[in-house]
Amino acid sequence: MSLATLLVLADGRLPAGGHAHSGGFEAAVSAGRVRDLAGLDGFLRGRLHTSGVVAAAFTAAACAAGLEAGSPQPPDPRALLHPTDLHAGSPQPTAPRPIDPRPTAPRPADPWDVFRRRIAELDDGMDARTPSPALRRASRAQGRALLRAGRAMWPVPAAGREPHHPVALGVVAAAAGLDPLAAATAAAHGTVTGPASAAVRLLGLDPYTVQGLIAALAPECDRIAAASAGTANDPVDELPADGAPLLDIGAEHHASWEVRLFAS
Amino acid sequence: MRAAARIVAEADRSGVTRLAVLRGESPLLLRRTGPRDTTSATVHLVGGAAGPLRGDDLLLEIEVGPGAHLEIRSVAATLLLPGRPAPPSLLTVRATVAGSLRWLPEPAIAAAGCDHHASTAVEVADGGSLLWRDDLVCGRHDEPSGSVRSDVTIRYAGRTLYRHRLTVGPDAPGWSGAAVLGNARATGSAVLAGPGLPVPHLPAEGAAVMALAGPGVLATATGADIREVQAALDPFCAAMPAPV
Repeated sequence: MSLATLLVLADGRLPAGGHAHSGGFEAAVSAGRVRDLAGLDGFLRGRLHTSGVVAAAFTAAACAAGLEAGSPQPPDPRALLHPTDLHAGSPQPTAPRPIDPRPTAPRPADPWDVFRRRIAELDDGMDARTPSPALRRASRAQGRALLRAGRAMWPVPAAGREPHHPVALGVVAAAAGLDPLAAATAAAHGTVTGPASAAVRLLGLDPYTVQGLIAALAPECDRIAAASAGTANDPVDELPADGAPLLDIGAEHHASWEVRLFAS
Repeated sequence: MRAAARIVAEADRSGVTRLAVLRGESPLLLRRTGPRDTTSATVHLVGGAAGPLRGDDLLLEIEVGPGAHLEIRSVAATLLLPGRPAPPSLLTVRATVAGSLRWLPEPAIAAAGCDHHASTAVEVADGGSLLWRDDLVCGRHDEPSGSVRSDVTIRYAGRTLYRHRLTVGPDAPGWSGAAVLGNARATGSAVLAGPGLPVPHLPAEGAAVMALAGPGVLATATGADIREVQAALDPFCAAMPAPV
């Protein structure tokens, strides 16, 4: 696994629309629930241990499904020069199947069928864990943007038009050759960096101190990612479902505003 | 203390809901209340002992047959208590619903030092309807909250409609941060599933009524105390009256 590839995927400058979302922080500031650095710290901790845990688990599971379906091919530089080819859909196994000597035996499942089924289940699982329609929209918009960015870098298989962000992140990570642990680390880390950078803009907090909070949460991100890698093949209903009532409530109120700085 | 209780509600040929099974043991005692021979039945949970305390393992099974209507309430708030050093207290509720079930207990109160796991799994058949309410108060007056983990899985017509875990107390990092409960010390949720769902709206600053991705609506509320939560959720629950 390439560490540099993980850095490419987890880069905050990845053009996948993440900067437009505050992870619920704008709503929390407006409702007066966060005013200072201590408030940001509590927000980040709570978000990491609820949405972050769920995102990491679903990212790891989607990544495991992608790896199971097939090894990614190195990107073809010619394909990158012809963007129309980038949306061609999932790489299908092209090698001819050997003829089964026992005609009555059930055919082995197509690995891409298994992949698509698991991805659809994971996407439904994110729906069931995201009661707020505004958060479902935000997650799917970011998932779609990430798939688009991912397709410009790696051979990303079809995973639905607008999957939830953690599902898209896992699929893209697998296409990049990353393992579930790395993918989940990027997911957990991403759930704190978004609101943290929004906090610098919304509350005018000192960016150095804010970065200190993110660094202090890194060991937590590692622990959550390790747990996520361990549950990557679990049934969807058994994956983490930690919810945050104020993120849901805040997102619904935020979506009703006429003017807002962030999309969510 | 280990205890199991079971309720089976069935509709007879004339449409009257009968309780074919109503069996409990302390501290999960069940009492049928309200009028008989009507289309819906009401059962009250009566706490038969203090707690739940650490080490308790309680199971409640509910079955509502086609055409039957069951409402379950409790006579008083449930006080979750610490007790002796022991594993967490467990409350498991499993329900299968073909008719309609309204689960409207009084709040649970997480006393300081408690360690409680609640696990709810509800399977609603296509065409069935469900109202599932759970309120939680984090600590008695002026005391820190104990540890509570509440897991809810609601499935409708064979698909998972709502899957949620809420963890509060000293073992839950960030639970009193602004993403989870903030300064609120009471929270509640009501899931409504089935036909005839209400329109989503924003009843208060700390509350929202949201359309789930499947055939259901979630009303969720937070407040400084339980009265704020009840002010937001009670009208929502009252809007789905029991059939008579």
